[in-house]
Amino acid sequence: MFVTPAFAQDGAPANGETHGAAGNVHTETGVAHGEHGTGVFPPFDQSTYPSQLLWLVITFGLFYLVMQKVIVPRVGGILEHRHDRIAQDLDEASRLKAEADAAVETYEKELAAARAKAGSIADQARDAAKTKAAADRAAIEAELSSKLSAAEARISDIKARAFAEVGTIAEETAAAIVDQLIGAKATPEDVKAAVAAAKLEA
Amino acid sequence: MSNDPTHQFQISKIVPIEIGGMDFSFTNASLFMVATVACAAGFLYFSTANRGLIPSRMQSVAEMSYEFIASMLREGAGSHGMKFFPMVFSLFMFVLTANLLGMFPYFFTVTSQIIVTFALALFVIGTVIVYGFYKHGLHFLNVFVPSGVPGVLLPLVVAIEIISFLSRPISLSVRLFANMLAGHITLKVFSGFVVSLGALGALGIGGAILPLIMTVALTGLEFLVAFLQAYVFAVLTCMYLNDAVHPGGH
Repeated sequence: MFVTPAFAQDGAPANGETHGAAGNVHTETGVAHGEHGTGVFPPFDQSTYPSQLLWLVITFGLFYLVMQKVIVPRVGGILEHRHDRIAQDLDEASRLKAEADAAVETYEKELAAARAKAGSIADQARDAAKTKAAADRAAIEAELSSKLSAAEARISDIKARAFAEVGTIAEETAAAIVDQLIGAKATPEDVKAAVAAAKLEA
Repeated sequence: MSNDPTHQFQISKIVPIEIGGMDFSFTNASLFMVATVACAAGFLYFSTANRGLIPSRMQSVAEMSYEFIASMLREGAGSHGMKFFPMVFSLFMFVLTANLLGMFPYFFTVTSQIIVTFALALFVIGTVIVYGFYKHGLHFLNVFVPSGVPGVLLPLVVAIEIISFLSRPISLSVRLFANMLAGHITLKVFSGFVVSLGALGALGIGGAILPLIMTVALTGLEFLVAFLQAYVFAVLTCMYLNDAVHPGGH
């Protein structure tokens, strides 16, 4: 089957007669092979086998040795090293991350503490201000109430005095009215008694 | 160069060597085996020379191929299978580099020789058998006795398992060999069409466009196949090694 394409090629250019019988074709290709010694299809030419086997054993054997002793350990080492390095870097990264997390946690703790402290200071200040304000107010209220009571006392005093004077004025007025009306002097006792009576009636 | 598409698989002696009547000449195949090993080892060696913590582009290609095979082996054969890592990695890199080198015009494709792929497959199966018996003794034969099979069917299943085990080196080697061989022949045939048709004049040149497009597409496909076959070879190696590590533990 591998000879047929040979025929197609050898025959195509000019040689019309090779298109004839299959036997002719074989001779044609046979001649072509003749140049190289044997007429067998090259891969099946057993006379080349010992040489091919020998050189295959030599070359592949050497190749295998080089691969086993040099290439595989080297490439394996490179990959291993890279793998280790990546693992190491990842470890380092996770360690740093843990550190960063711890730092953030500490910071937040401190922040919370500072906040709490600030809150308590503010509370204290507010409480102090409140107590002072209350105390001031109480003092002012006390002062005011004492002033108020003093003022009330003075007012009632004035009122009492005024009331007291009202009697005298009424007596004098009544005496004057009596004098005017009847031309007789009323005794101060009578007037006094009459005013007191009128006061009582009112 | 001949138009014969099998010419590219022709082995020619560069330094004739004969030992004990056998021909061990240094041939173009040997040259490309050396080139394959030099390229693969050189690439892996120099790209990782800096041992950069942050890999350069080349270094990350080397690391990617390492991790690609490592995860493949770990999934295929478990963590106990990791002792075979240098072997699977070497096989993968060797096959991949040989396949890719074969994509250069006028270069010889080491993996297009059945004897080479068969030797590599036997190396894998040989490792499986030797390690299996060394590690598990006769328990290694559990490979042929899947668990949970009813007693009546057991002889039949065991027979099938033995046949499938024996066919592994063949399927493993023929798959790689045939893919590389067929791909390179197809490429050569289609590119041959371009030349042949082009020689026929204006109409031929117009007609040559189709095989030219085909050749371009096939070249892309062949690069895919070059990688895919190396991958398949490595995956199957991992699966077979799993039998050596865990016989009967499917």
